[in-house]
Amino acid sequence: MGIDLPIIWAVIIAFGLMMYVVMDGFDLGIGILFPFVKDRNDRDCMVNTVAPVWDGNETWLVLGGAGLLAAFPLAYSFLLSALYLPLVLMLAGLIWRGVAFEFRFKADEEHKWFWDHAFAWGSYIATFFQGVALGAVINGFKVEGPSYIGGAFDWLTPFSLFTGLGLLVAYALLGSTWLIMKTEGDLQRRMIELARPITLTLLGVIVVVSIWTPLTHADVAARWFTFPNLIFFSPVPILVLAASLGILHFLKRETHSTPFLLALALLFLGYSGLGISMWPNIIPPDVSIRAAAGPPQSLGFALVGALFIVPIILTYTAWSYYVFRGKVKVGDGYH
Amino acid sequence: MLGLDALDLARIQFGFTVSFHIIFPAITIGLASYLAVLEGLWLWKKDRVYRDLYHFWSKIFAVNFAMGVVSGLVMAYQFGTNWSYFSAFAGGVTGPLLAYEVLTAFFLEAGFLGVALFGWNKVGPGLHFFATLMVAAGTLVSATWILASNSWMQTPQGFVIEAGRVVPTDWLDVIFNPSFPYRLVHMTIAAYLATALFVGAAGAWHLLKGNDTARVRKMLSMAMWMALIVAPIQIEAGDQHGLNTLKYQPAKIAAIEGHWRNKPGEAVPLILFGWPDMKSETTKYALEIPHLGSLILTHTWDDQFRGLADFPAEDRPDSTVVFWTFRIMVGLGVLMLLLGLASLWLRIKGDLYDTRWFLRFAVLMGPSGILAILAGWLTTEIGRQPWVVYGVMHTRDGVSNHSVLALSLTLGVFIVMYFIVFGTGLFYMLRLVAAGPQDLGPESPAPAIDLSADTPLNARPSRPFSAAPDASP
Ligand code: HDD
Ligand code: HEM
Ligand code: HEM
Repeated sequence: MGIDLPIIWAVIIAFGLMMYVVMDGFDLGIGILFPFVKDRNDRDCMVNTVAPVWDGNETWLVLGGAGLLAAFPLAYSFLLSALYLPLVLMLAGLIWRGVAFEFRFKADEEHKWFWDHAFAWGSYIATFFQGVALGAVINGFKVEGPSYIGGAFDWLTPFSLFTGLGLLVAYALLGSTWLIMKTEGDLQRRMIELARPITLTLLGVIVVVSIWTPLTHADVAARWFTFPNLIFFSPVPILVLAASLGILHFLKRETHSTPFLLALALLFLGYSGLGISMWPNIIPPDVSIRAAAGPPQSLGFALVGALFIVPIILTYTAWSYYVFRGKVKVGDGYH
Repeated sequence: MLGLDALDLARIQFGFTVSFHIIFPAITIGLASYLAVLEGLWLWKKDRVYRDLYHFWSKIFAVNFAMGVVSGLVMAYQFGTNWSYFSAFAGGVTGPLLAYEVLTAFFLEAGFLGVALFGWNKVGPGLHFFATLMVAAGTLVSATWILASNSWMQTPQGFVIEAGRVVPTDWLDVIFNPSFPYRLVHMTIAAYLATALFVGAAGAWHLLKGNDTARVRKMLSMAMWMALIVAPIQIEAGDQHGLNTLKYQPAKIAAIEGHWRNKPGEAVPLILFGWPDMKSETTKYALEIPHLGSLILTHTWDDQFRGLADFPAEDRPDSTVVFWTFRIMVGLGVLMLLLGLASLWLRIKGDLYDTRWFLRFAVLMGPSGILAILAGWLTTEIGRQPWVVYGVMHTRDGVSNHSVLALSLTLGVFIVMYFIVFGTGLFYMLRLVAAGPQDLGPESPAPAIDLSADTPLNARPSRPFSAAPDASP
């Protein structure tokens, strides 16, 4: 037995996507929180907390796509063509949001509002359609060949709309707790105020998804609710509850970085829950990781690079965060 | 839509989005290296002109880079959304190459960009220089991988086909495929040239406006040296590239030349201008120079090369289009050479900074690098039709099964959005250029686009001539 390439690659891609969700999650969260913060100086400050790092955060999404193409060309081809419209809309959202980082500082006074709106709308659209795509993947597809042949709107279901809204709440939580850590004064107080209801809403979303999914997918129900899995997986919901309560608790005590770390933990748990439900499929309900894998020559070649380079990437990414550590002050932009 | 089928729409969508994309990487690649040179010279010579220019161009770089990233993101997904049969078939090759690009280039650029743009006062000068160098290296590494991928699609090798998909057998053969070295050299130089012409035009424009400062002069001077040295190299590289293409994609060269059939024992003329007609299989109104075709493409006086009529009609690329895109590229290349030579002559005479016709010429040539790049890519890509992987997979077999409705919808979204977003972005870039490089004073910690100084230009009109920002979009 050699090394199991498809499984290793599935883990790397899952890791890349998780990095994406948590890292771009808080950037997008900042756009999502924009409508709740009216003051322009506060908004500048919010954007400044992520300006040096957002591009790196988004690169994890590119890695997810490229990794999928490299290791599972069939899954890449199928999923991306099946999710054509939501993905194009997600990309459109990311375009508006991405250029608004630069443009909102470069525009004339009378056009600033336009790019502020573009930043917020872009973040909402990108997040919502990511969530919709996620819901559609959980729902599963009928697979015949490498290109999707179903209807252009099959992804549109009540469940996928719900996961779209759910992801907005999740990113809003990441964004608000990130800002609690990175800012101070009024802006920070405002975020602490917002983080409470967001946490509770997110907990509600997680409960609904956890009930809705097994109800509609017998195989997912079987995965979770049979012995001995029930015992193995029971820490997941318990930890979810613990993390949520932890966030609420530490918000009261105004500890500055703990809520963010717990929010990360919460997302990680949700993500693991999803992984448990999907395993071992890459296109639910019936294309497995192994069946979708590309030629071993491709997986092996790309793996050498991934194993060697990802640690280096993590190192200099961490360095960059270290350089820009500490609080960003409101009004910093105007001296 | 307009009688176009799903394949046409998918091709238009790809061509449209990638044409917008390539504009930004070309400037990113050139400016990143230029910034590295400027910062290096500043650290070495301690001449403030270099530092001030660094800060000036880094603002423009930041806007350009953001547009490169978001337009590139679309490209990375488009292979799956629009070309799913192609991706399922060839993903075993293009996937790992793209993955390596992400791992070795995109992360490198993105990881150090924050420090390069916002970290002037946050890290020491050595470390900051290192970050700038890493960004520049990232752009070049990125070009290497993506061009390996594209070149493999042009001249594929190092694989077998098993169970209906490409299985790579030798990665070195895949990466170092026959057209890759030529394309890498030609495209990298193209990026440097396009940037030099852009920078040079900015300098010339300021001189014409009477904004004659040491910084503006330095910018023009550096750009003109670059054009002078690099334009001839590019022409030589292009010639070599063409010989290579003749060997591996003879139909493309025949289409570029508008050359249909050989007459026994006669040399091939060079058709300067004409109208290749795909129906009648002739090039109408041809203005020919005898023997020159043979001379350029075979480097002999009268050897022949295959004409387009030698290839089955369904395997012929559209000669009318590539004949002209190629001539636009070459024509612009010749103008670039002339610009460089004129700059040398005026430099020797000591008139480089005050010869108005020359400065106007340099301004006009500002966009020429980008135009030549677009013309070049159109030649390359349309010239390889009807193949998506040359000789292996037809373009029509690679496209996804989307409906005409879905494709028209998304194409509409892309077109409207790209013109608004990237149009505005280009406008902001030009406005930053128009504001001109400022004297940031003797204090080293220049505000740059340190987070703090990202204040809009118009909020602090420090120079009377920076009136341009008032021209609202
Ligand atoms: C010769 C160079 C070149 C060419 C032909 C292409 N690109 Fe590009 N691309 C770059 C050179 C580049 C770059 C210089 O590396 C960019 C420009 C701005 C940037 O951030 O990096 C970039 C950005 C960029 C990004 C964003 C990276 C990030 O998140 O930082 C993606 C996903 C792609 N590209 C993907 C593509 C694809 C799929 C292409 C093929 C159709 C393509 N590029 C053609
Ligand atoms: C960046 C500069 C590039 C430009 C301006 C460009 C331009 C074009 C154009 C105009 C087309 C449509 C041709 C036609 O259908 O008539 C096309 C097709 C295509 N190109 Fe490129 N291209 C570029 C780079 C690349 C790269 C780097 C790759 C691969 C990694 C690539 C892969 C493709 C594919 C897959 C198609 C679609 C299939 C086809 O129509 O041939 N292109 N490109
Ligand atoms: C003046 C002499 C030039 C010659 C003889 C020349 C030749 C060529 C040829 C033959 C190709 C097609 C190669 C193929 O598809 O296999 C090409 C492509 C291209 N050219 Fe040029 N070129 C010249 C100048 C320029 C200039 C000045 C620029 C830009 C500044 C440029 C940019 C490009 C680009 C971006 C491509 C597409 C990428 C590639 O295939 O390398 N060229 N050139």
